[in-house]
Amino acid sequence: MKIHEYQAKALFAKYGVRIPRGYPAFSVDEAEQRARQLASETGGAVVVVKAQIHAGGRGKGGGVKVARGGAAEARALAEKILGMRLVTHQTGPGGQTVRRLYIEQGLDMARELYLGAVVDRDRRRIAFMASTEGGMEIEKVAAQTPEKIVTVHVDPAIGLAGYQARELADALGLYKDGKATVASFTTLVGALYDLFVKEDCSLCEINPLVVLKTGEVVALDAKINFDDNADFRHPEWDELRDRDEEDPAELEAKKVGLNYVSLDGNVGCLVNGAGLAMATMDIIKHVGAESGVTPANFLDVGGSATKEQVTTAFKMILRSPKVKAILVNIFGGIMKCDVVATGVVAAAKELGLNVPLIVRLEGTNVELGRKILNESGLKIVAATTMADGARKVVAAIGGAR
Amino acid sequence: MSILVTRDTKVVVQGITGSAGGFHARQMLAYGTQVVAGATPGRGGESFEPAPGKPGVPVFQSVKQAVKATGADTSCIFVPPPVAADAILEAVDAGVRLVVCITEGIPVMDMIKVRRVLDAQDPRSPTRTRLIGPNCPGIITPGTGEGSTGGCKIGIMPGHVHKAGHIGVVSRSGTLTYEAVGQLTALGIGQSTCIGIGGDPVAGLDFVDVLGLFQDDPDTHGVIMIGEIGGGAEERAAAFIKAKMTKPVAAFIAGTTAPPGKRMGHAGAIIAGGKGTAAEKIKALEAAGVKVAPTPSDMATTLKSMMS
Repeated sequence: MKIHEYQAKALFAKYGVRIPRGYPAFSVDEAEQRARQLASETGGAVVVVKAQIHAGGRGKGGGVKVARGGAAEARALAEKILGMRLVTHQTGPGGQTVRRLYIEQGLDMARELYLGAVVDRDRRRIAFMASTEGGMEIEKVAAQTPEKIVTVHVDPAIGLAGYQARELADALGLYKDGKATVASFTTLVGALYDLFVKEDCSLCEINPLVVLKTGEVVALDAKINFDDNADFRHPEWDELRDRDEEDPAELEAKKVGLNYVSLDGNVGCLVNGAGLAMATMDIIKHVGAESGVTPANFLDVGGSATKEQVTTAFKMILRSPKVKAILVNIFGGIMKCDVVATGVVAAAKELGLNVPLIVRLEGTNVELGRKILNESGLKIVAATTMADGARKVVAAIGGAR
Repeated sequence: MSILVTRDTKVVVQGITGSAGGFHARQMLAYGTQVVAGATPGRGGESFEPAPGKPGVPVFQSVKQAVKATGADTSCIFVPPPVAADAILEAVDAGVRLVVCITEGIPVMDMIKVRRVLDAQDPRSPTRTRLIGPNCPGIITPGTGEGSTGGCKIGIMPGHVHKAGHIGVVSRSGTLTYEAVGQLTALGIGQSTCIGIGGDPVAGLDFVDVLGLFQDDPDTHGVIMIGEIGGGAEERAAAFIKAKMTKPVAAFIAGTTAPPGKRMGHAGAIIAGGKGTAAEKIKALEAAGVKVAPTPSDMATTLKSMMS
């Protein structure tokens, strides 16, 4: 789960990761008022107006602007940014509509750095990465100049050790800024580790982390992703979730315990199990890409879905206008083929089936499942293997053209 | 022969009194697995499904008590995600040889702590605990009875699609493993042991561990390895295969068509920062002499083409 910069910064403040003073704003009026408030609180005239969307590269896309001329200028910038469709390298070509702003104090910075923490799955530990190449895409730095990234792995039994914090400070060249700057950094990185663990993050990134002319180290940006598996112990995440940033179909699926991801193609897929669902997408594209047939979605109904879940899943596929054919691929284990067949038939009868439906059933209760489909009166094409199913769905769309 | 589990393996089911734990304990018993105990705090002294003339499976307060009373050497975990990491630690402390954790949805922070405990064990110790999973279908050594019964099934896979034989299967996915096993069985090719290592980013045994066990098992003659997008486990497996394996390995990598940055069902199945794509993994495996099946329908035939 992703959250906005202003929400991440509120968590930073709670844990003692230093941030510039700032306030979220949801309207142009509020933006102007907050800019005025900031000027009086900080005694500085410069404020930054920042678009809040769940994607990086906001500055390059025109979503971050500096106002040097007071609250009126901040208002003018807010008018431009609020409601714009912000396109960055992470949003896709359609962009994302800006509905929230963050109004932040402008600061005199000396240098921009990078600090990030992730779960390193290969080492099975939290890794902190620091680089002097602040403000750049860290993926690019990693690919082009990997020697400029210093990584330390944290022993969960000990926590981030003092020497590790100093190693990162040294890698960032902070010793030449003086002891106070090093201390400012080690306090910050210690707080960030604490936050990462207690808030169940999967990623915390500060890009850029800045050294101010005063020598202090401050988080100018903030990105936090949470580990979805930990949501049971974080009821507060529900309030942090921004539904405008999420795919409505994916949200609906999540509500009923299904894994769904929207894709660009034309074949609706209903599969049990994540690996088999991915493999089903792969084989459709393998067989159909040349004839313009590709998957419209990833949909894993799980290992033990009920008839109701299957019905909901099938309805979601049926409602999508881009779907020109449907492939159901089930290898029944705990999940019984007859349960899937009953759910599919119920949904198809309720909504009407106006595209070709290809069904491949295998495993537990397969005979019973096939019987239910055969006797449903629905026009269903049976497939024997995944390859057979993929060929038939490609032929069905090709034939309908 | 087989790896890790045999028909002599004695299993304690943690969460046997829950609905999923109870259902699968019943299935395992029907398959022939020696489920000798259950463990549920607060339910010690009860009996799981006693029948006239049969006492049922005794339930204990803790894994430690279950191990002491029954000699269980393996645990199978079905408890909910908030308490699952603790259940693994309890099983490790009780000294079982193998823990199979089926639970899906354990926070990664909990698994980092579990790994810390597992990795602190002496790797040369014969009594150390190994972990399979979490978020996995489990492990099965098929038997020679009707529907492959009479072997050892620890987990949630459908036993009847298996067949005793000489091919090892190791996979990050559940149903895709059944697909591979179904293809093998349809060709008349049996399996020595099949292991689902799970779809989580931080887990127990990985491909390299299991491939090493298959390489050392005289009864395993070839391996199907099923990977997916995310992480670097397949690349590490490729390096291991190149350096250490003499047995044929066929592979399939799911997620060639998966978009980057999206979690594809499994917590671990995500292309992050451009890393962990199927293309990278396939390239690494092919460079190590592994034949990668072009589609998921060709997993068994690809391996068969390598066996002489």
